[in-house]
Amino acid sequence: MVDHGAALLLLADGRFPAGGYAHSGGLEPTIAAGRVHDLATLEAFLQGRALTAGAVAAGFAAAACGTLSDEDGKRFIALDAELDARMPSPAQRTTSRQLGRQLLRAVGAIRPDPRLEHVGARPHQPIGLGAAVAVFGLGRRDAAWVALHESVAGPAAAAVRLLSLDPFSTHAALARLGPLLDELAGSAVAASHGELDDLPAGGAPLLDIAAEDHAVRHTRLFAS
Amino acid sequence: MSNEQSPAPAQRRALRLGVAGPVGTGKSSLIATVCRNLADELSLGVITNDIYTDEDARFLRSAGVLPGERIRAVETGACPHTAIRDDITMNLLAVEDLERDFAPLDVVLVESGGDNLTATFSPGLVDAQIFVLDVAGGGDVARKGGPGIARADLLVINKTDLGPHVDVDVGRMVADAATARNGAPVLALSRKDEDSVEKLCAWVRWINREHRHGRHLPTDPGPMAPHFHASGEADELFHTHDETR
Amino acid sequence: MTVDEISVGSPAASADGGRPVPQQVSGMRAQARVATELRTSPGGRQRSCVSTLRSQAPLALRLTRAKAREPWAAHAADIARVSLAAGAGGPVGGDQLILRVEVGPGSSLVLSEISPTLLLPGPRGERSATHVRIQVAAGATLIWLPEPIIAARGCDHVHNVVVDLDEGARLFMREELLLGRHGEETGRVTQRVSVRHGGRPLYRQDIGIGTAGADTPAVIGHHRAVGSALIVDPSWLSDPPSARALPGDAALLPLSGPAALITASAGDNLELRAQLHAGLTALGPPWDPGR
Ligand SMILES: Nc1nc2c(ncn2[C@@H]2O[C@H](COP(=O)(O)OP(=O)(O)OP(=O)(O)O)[C@@H](O)[C@H]2O)c(=O)[nH]1
Ligand SMILES: [Mg+2]
Repeated sequence: MVDHGAALLLLADGRFPAGGYAHSGGLEPTIAAGRVHDLATLEAFLQGRALTAGAVAAGFAAAACGTLSDEDGKRFIALDAELDARMPSPAQRTTSRQLGRQLLRAVGAIRPDPRLEHVGARPHQPIGLGAAVAVFGLGRRDAAWVALHESVAGPAAAAVRLLSLDPFSTHAALARLGPLLDELAGSAVAASHGELDDLPAGGAPLLDIAAEDHAVRHTRLFAS
Repeated sequence: MSNEQSPAPAQRRALRLGVAGPVGTGKSSLIATVCRNLADELSLGVITNDIYTDEDARFLRSAGVLPGERIRAVETGACPHTAIRDDITMNLLAVEDLERDFAPLDVVLVESGGDNLTATFSPGLVDAQIFVLDVAGGGDVARKGGPGIARADLLVINKTDLGPHVDVDVGRMVADAATARNGAPVLALSRKDEDSVEKLCAWVRWINREHRHGRHLPTDPGPMAPHFHASGEADELFHTHDETR
Repeated sequence: MTVDEISVGSPAASADGGRPVPQQVSGMRAQARVATELRTSPGGRQRSCVSTLRSQAPLALRLTRAKAREPWAAHAADIARVSLAAGAGGPVGGDQLILRVEVGPGSSLVLSEISPTLLLPGPRGERSATHVRIQVAAGATLIWLPEPIIAARGCDHVHNVVVDLDEGARLFMREELLLGRHGEETGRVTQRVSVRHGGRPLYRQDIGIGTAGADTPAVIGHHRAVGSALIVDPSWLSDPPSARALPGDAALLPLSGPAALITASAGDNLELRAQLHAGLTALGPPWDPGR
C-alpha cells in the first residue's frame, strides 16, 4: 500500500504513544539468564523472536486487519481464542492484552472509529494492531510489517540500555533482519487468508520461560 | 467503545494531581502526608511511576495511609520522563481505571518516577502539578529554574528541617524560588513541621475546590511561556510576590 | 474423519515457512488405530475396554500392563493400557505414519510406547511425516506417554498432532524432541500440535528443531532436548494451577482454559525428563506420578 506510506510510518514509529517503550520483549530476562550478552547473541535473539512471536503477531495482525470491515465482532472473538492458544505463558498473555488495550486507548483518541468497538476492550496487541492499521486505511501487509517491525525494534531499543552496545550496531542488526521480516510479512498475509488453525504458531519455549521468570523478579527495568 | 475507554466528563471526574521532582526529594513522602491527613475528608487514589518495578507503591502501601488497592504502580521501562509527558497512555489508563473502580474519587495523585529538573507532566495527564525539591539538593537548585520549578502549580521545598545540617539557608532558598516563579506559590515543607503540613493540605483542598467548580485552568509548565493564575485564598498561604492576574 | 482426510501436507506455518512435500511418496505408508469404550458387566461393574486395535507394519499396537508409575492412572479404577511399537529405526524420509486414537465416553486409556523414535533421512532427502489424530470424549481420559523423538542428522520430519477434546475430557500428553544422537548434528523436525477443547482452540504450537531460528536464545538456544507435557483437567475450570518457574530452563504455565503446559529445554533427555517430572510434582495429585 504505497499510497498510505505516511500512515504506515506513523503507526510503526516507536514514538507512537501506546506505551510500548516500557517493554523489552523478553530481552531483559534473557540477558539476566546469560543467553544474550553481545551483538551476535542479540542478533540471534532478534532473529528467533521474529521467526516465532513476530511471525505469530504478523499473522494475527494481518487477519485482524482484514476483519475490521465485518459487521460484528464474532471473528475477532475467534481470533482472540486462537491467539490465546498460541501463548502458553500467562505473563505474556497479560502483557499482550495490556499493550493491546493501550494501543486502542491511543488510537481511540488519535483516530476515533466506531468499528474499533468490535475488537473488545482488552484485545491482544496484534489484534488491536491489525484493527488500528485498518482504521488508518492500510492493509494486511502493512499490519504484518508493523507487527514484525515492533517484534524486533522494541527489544533492540531496550538492548542499548541493557547491554553495552551502541545504537548503530543494534540498528545495523535490525537492518540485516530486513529481508527476513519482508519474507515473514508475505507468509503472514498468505496465512491470514486461510484457516485460523493454520495461522502462524511458532513457539519459543525460552521466551515463555523468560516471561515467567521476569514477572516475579522484583528488580527490573522493563515491564516485560 | 466500552465504558472503560471513555473518561468521565471534565468537571465530574477527579482532580488529577501530579507530583514531580528529582530523585529522593520526598515525592512519595509528600503523597503519604497528603493521604494521611486528607483521606477522611476526600476520596483519594494514587498512581506511582517507578523505575524499578513497584517500589514506591510498596512504600505507600506499607505506610498504611490508604487501602492498598487504591495505590497502583505503572512500570515505565526506565523512562519516567516519557511516561508523564511523551507517551502518557499507560498512566492515563491507570488513572481512568482507578477513577472507575473507586468512583467517585476526589483526587488522584500521580507520582512521577524521580527524574531531572526538566521533567513535567503533560496537560493530557494531570490537571495540576506539584514540583518537589529538597534542601539537601543544595540551596542553588531553586535559582537554576526549569519548567517545573518556574511554573508548576505549587513548588515544594522539602526537608527544611535538614537546612542547618546541609548548610542551606532555607529562607534564602524559598525567596530565590519565589523570584524564579514570578511570585507563584512556594511551600517550605518538613514532615516535622506541623504548620507546613497543614499548609500543604490547605493547598490541596483549595486546588480541589477550584477544580470542582471549574475555576481551575490547567497550565502546562513545560513548553508554555511563564504564566500565573493562582488567586484567592491560596495567596495567603505562601510567599508570593507581586502577582500578575 | 477418516484417515484419508488427514492431510499429509507440510504445516502451513512451520517456523521455517515450510517446504512442499514431494508429490511422489516413495516411502511406506502405515496406519494404526486404537479405540476404547466403557463397558458395564452384568454385575454392574464398569471397565474401559479396547474396542478397536488395528496395526499395520511397522506400527504395532498391543495390549499391555502398567510399566512404571503413570500420572493420574492410579486414580482410575479400570483403565485400558496399550503400547505402540514403531519398529526399529524410522520413520525414514518419505514414510507416512498415521496413528488414530479414540477414547470413548467415560473410558480411560494409557497409551505408551516401547522405544524412542529415531528419525532418519530418506535416500533422496524426502520429508517423512507422522500424523496423530486423537479424540477424547466427555468424561474420558487419555494418558499419552510417547518416548522421545530423536532427530538424526539429515532427517526432515513433520510430526503433526491434532487433538479434539470434548468438554469434560482429561488429557496428559508428553512430547520430547532430542537434537540428534549423542554428539550428532541435529536433523530437522517440525512438530505441529493443535488441541481443541469443546471445539475451541486450547493449545496450538509449532516447535521446530534444526529449523531457522530454532537454535537462537529466544527459542531453544543451544539445548539438545526440548519437550513439554500438556495436561487438561476439567477441575481446573474453577481452580487452575498457578504459573511457576521450575529448576533449569523450565516452567509450569497455566493455559487460557482448564489446562497447563510444562515446558522444558535441557542438555539431554535425562535432564528433560527430570524437569517435566518436577512440573508434575509441582502440580501435585492426581498428576504427580510419584517417585
Ligand atoms: N528529614 C526529612 N526527610 C524527609 C522528609 N520527607 C522525606 N524525607 C526522606 O527523604 C527520603 C526520600 O523520600 P521519598 O519520599 O522516598 O522521595 P521520592 O521523591 O519519592 O523518591 P523517588 O521516588 O525515589 O524519586 C526518605 O528517606 C524520606 O524519609 C522530611 O520532611 N524531612
Ligand atoms: Mg517515590
